[in-house]
Amino acid sequence: MTQSQDILLSARGINKRFGAVVAAEDINIDVPRGQRLSLIGSNGAGKTTFVNMVTGYLKPDSGRISLVGEDITALGPRQITNKGVSRSFQIPQLALEMNVLDNMLVAQACGEGRLSFWEPAYSRQRVDAAMYLLERFMLQDHARKKVAELPGGVRKLLDIAMALTGEPKLLLLDEPTSGVSVAEKYPMMDTISEALNSTDVTVLFVEHDMDIVLRYAERIVAFYSGSVLADGKPTDVLADDRVKQHVTGHFAAAGSESC
Amino acid sequence: MRSNMLIWGGGVTLLLLIAGYLMPKWALFLCTMAMSHGLVSLGIVVLMRSGVVSFGQGFSFAIGGYCTAFMTNFFGVTDAFLLVMSSGAASVLIALPFAPLLSRYRGIFFAMLTLAISMVLYGVLVKTTELGGSDGFNVSRPTLFGMELDNENANMVLYQLAAVIVGVALTWSRIYTQSTRGLVSLAVREAELRVEYLGASVASTIATNYLVAAALGGLGGALTVLALGHIDPNFSYWTTSGEFVFVAILGGHYSMTAVFLGSLLVEIVRSFSNLYFPNTWQLAMGLFLLVVIRFLPHGLGSLWRRGSTGDQQ
Repeated sequence: MTQSQDILLSARGINKRFGAVVAAEDINIDVPRGQRLSLIGSNGAGKTTFVNMVTGYLKPDSGRISLVGEDITALGPRQITNKGVSRSFQIPQLALEMNVLDNMLVAQACGEGRLSFWEPAYSRQRVDAAMYLLERFMLQDHARKKVAELPGGVRKLLDIAMALTGEPKLLLLDEPTSGVSVAEKYPMMDTISEALNSTDVTVLFVEHDMDIVLRYAERIVAFYSGSVLADGKPTDVLADDRVKQHVTGHFAAAGSESC
Repeated sequence: MRSNMLIWGGGVTLLLLIAGYLMPKWALFLCTMAMSHGLVSLGIVVLMRSGVVSFGQGFSFAIGGYCTAFMTNFFGVTDAFLLVMSSGAASVLIALPFAPLLSRYRGIFFAMLTLAISMVLYGVLVKTTELGGSDGFNVSRPTLFGMELDNENANMVLYQLAAVIVGVALTWSRIYTQSTRGLVSLAVREAELRVEYLGASVASTIATNYLVAAALGGLGGALTVLALGHIDPNFSYWTTSGEFVFVAILGGHYSMTAVFLGSLLVEIVRSFSNLYFPNTWQLAMGLFLLVVIRFLPHGLGSLWRRGSTGDQQ
């Protein structure tokens, strides 16, 4: 396998402005298959803008985004999803009045491409597949509960489980632990990490908690004012003076543990 | 699972057919109207499941009705089954160009656009004498599969035709609510962004449901015209559409069966209010709706379907 075939996602020369605000300036990021990459940066640094451009929600003003060599810059969210890019949201996007299992069955049905008036959504095979994924995310006990009745952490897990339903090549997680209590963060990330370890999905996650980043990321890209400030191994990036100055403050890297 | 639904549908149809022989003659017409109008409101409920409400369902109702009137008066087609089916198809064809446009709008914008389309049709119908003008058309008594219908049996045969179509529509709606499309439609109502990011098209889901609603509206319009023997532009007027929305809210989106129960209740309240206080019957209807919204905010269907999941029927 050549090096270019190993690159799953490639963003070259990406620029994006919102009026006078520079959200992305000459962003160049290559993501190899199977990597766990974390995007860090202060609010407004351009992390979520980058995720939104990769998933088709926003179009870059210039530059090229490709997935396995195929240009996806001009495609919309649905087309990009169908090419194998999936995402979760900072605020989980779920059908709150439906139960957890139904949300999973919706994800399955959507991933199959063609919706049918006849094909039952509740076939044994579909329910079993949904339950299997829920078990991997420790959500099986919530299967019949209405999403509106569940706490934020559980909703986050469900959002990620739904994103994983279509067996994507690339999974983008937008602040998976935001809004979750400190005590719940690590168990939650452990659950996500274990569920992802049983797949070969490449993961790109936006995160503000540097302990989480250090523990679960293999590589960090630090953003500042729409530009990439540093890109490399977690310990190296977090030791970078510019990253300390603009992103992390005086965060002390205690050690790295890859998931 | 599917065979159980088909058996259920067959049972419901059989019950409706038997009920036709047991009820008094005056009730036959009332029930035919309730079933016809219920079909039109069923279309709104299909749309409600995906989070949009049509305030212009009178458009499809009128298209179906006028199609039946034209085919009878200008082309000599008298077979009731053929008229009803053709009207349903014509309604879909005429709704087709509007579907992509409407699927881009949500909430009040969708509602107002559908209302605008129905009122444009109303204006065209009123002003065009070739289309019957404000007086509309009379429609002669139909035949059914070559069988001539006299005054005695016309009501019964039309009731039976409506009962069979309602039985099929209810069976279909049960299958639909538990299908992949039915479940995703329900998710569109609450999590449109998520559905799009899971790879399904929200716009095509809403457009498809709009066309389904058009088909049901066309079928209902044709049956109503055959039962009444007359059509006029009021079929497309906003108050007519309002009554269909009324029935859809009364039934709720929890249960498709409840829509027909709601339609029957409205027809009964309307008939008796008309009889005892003809000038203020809308007041009785309004009070009736207020009571339903106060005590059953999710409609009559919530009486036996408390959950809000895809296993609604």
